[in-house]
Amino acid sequence: MSVAAVADWRPGPAPAVVLRHDRARGTDLLLLPERVVVLKGAAGTILGLCDGTRTVGDIVSELADRFPGAPVAGDVPAFLDRLRTEGWLR
Amino acid sequence: MTTAPDRPWALLAELTHACPLHCGYCSNPLELTRRSRELDTDQWAEVMRQAGELGVVHTHLSGGEPLLRRDLAAIVTAAEHAGIYTQLVTSGVGLDRARLSELTGAGLRSVQLSVQHADPDASDRIGGRRSFADKERAAALVREAGLPLGLNVVLHRENLDAVDAVVELGLAWGVDRIELANAQFYGWGLLNRAALLPTRDQLARARDAVGRWRERLAQDGPELVWVVPDYFDGEAKPCMGGWGAVSLTVTPDGTVLPCPAAASLPDLDPPNVRDHPLDWIWDHSKAFTRYRGTDWMPDPCHSCSRRDQDFGGCRCQAHALTGDPTRPDPACHLSPDHHLIQALTEEDAAAPKGRPTPIRRRTPLRPKTAGQRL
Ligand code: SF4
Ligand code: SF4
Repeated sequence: MSVAAVADWRPGPAPAVVLRHDRARGTDLLLLPERVVVLKGAAGTILGLCDGTRTVGDIVSELADRFPGAPVAGDVPAFLDRLRTEGWLR
Repeated sequence: MTTAPDRPWALLAELTHACPLHCGYCSNPLELTRRSRELDTDQWAEVMRQAGELGVVHTHLSGGEPLLRRDLAAIVTAAEHAGIYTQLVTSGVGLDRARLSELTGAGLRSVQLSVQHADPDASDRIGGRRSFADKERAAALVREAGLPLGLNVVLHRENLDAVDAVVELGLAWGVDRIELANAQFYGWGLLNRAALLPTRDQLARARDAVGRWRERLAQDGPELVWVVPDYFDGEAKPCMGGWGAVSLTVTPDGTVLPCPAAASLPDLDPPNVRDHPLDWIWDHSKAFTRYRGTDWMPDPCHSCSRRDQDFGGCRCQAHALTGDPTRPDPACHLSPDHHLIQALTEEDAAAPKGRPTPIRRRTPLRPKTAGQRL
């Protein structure tokens, strides 16, 4: 996929995919039919920004503000693209 | 000091045992709960609330036929409020457009539809009722509503040769997932085992067919799930992912069990949500602690390297075949009782001889009132 396509993309959860915080276990989860994905580290925070309105660029700059010095510019688009390949984001 | 057990992820909610179908392998207990004993709407809502608190994030709304509960949408709403992802497990009978939109409006997330065979007449015969056309219509409605749709087929002697056609049916109906679940032999399945048990050859052919479909569908086809038959490979199945480890079942009258078949086990003293909170039941009740972990195991399981993978197999199967639920699952080749199963699966032992064995069926429980929609 071209960099431009990534930049234009406003990621949001695919239908039937639910992001929620799990209070009983203190973790973020993705819920799908017959499946639970436990989100590690900042994954839940990143996905929380994927609401279909923000572009990947918006998400990256918001995270860069929140986590100064973290390698968000490279890692976050790659992470989002991986989740799109899984069919969890679109 | 003992540490608290892991929290359960999933709840199987058997909302009613009533069902318009009467399959010979039904996973409901032989003794079906009467409709008058069922939990009411508020009680199910409270079950969902407590389950969510406990850590449950997924529920299968099942039966019997859950659509026979007129308050199904209210139960879906309660689950949704508790943060629980809902899947309707249905025969498809009674799912019209109005009902589906009521359910999706309440927050229903996905649907699993059972089919008994790819051939309409055979499907109707196995289910004991004309229902294939209803299923086809239900599949189309779910697709139209944009909900994920899974197709579930219990496999046995009468439909194992039709695995290719079943997968083709799933493709034609546009499903996202096809679950091919080999029949399990306790309860109704054990009663009808002589009629249901496939031959070794039949099973090998079906397994090959599934392997070929997996390759073909690997890129963008539906997910294909093959639930292994435990009678043929000398290996016990890791039942329910461990006793009281991953999920719990609440039956129509509020009894809470570690697995839907466990009602048949002696000495469990099954707890009920009418008497105890769900977290106490999960953490402390005899039913859930009795076979949790590995301490309860006798040898050969206790000293076996596989005990943390298969948990000694299925307690219900051990009890049904040996009379003693603490023995290793006879499906395991290391079990002293393995001969009980081996004899049944030797070459030709299961081949039909003479007249076919008749299927013994549950009589359908009648809906509560004559006017209730199916
Ligand atoms: S559809 Fe068949 S297996 Fe399922 S509850 Fe009804 S009778 Fe039992
Ligand atoms: S002996 Fe018990 S633990 Fe070992 S493989 Fe057999 S059933 Fe599993």
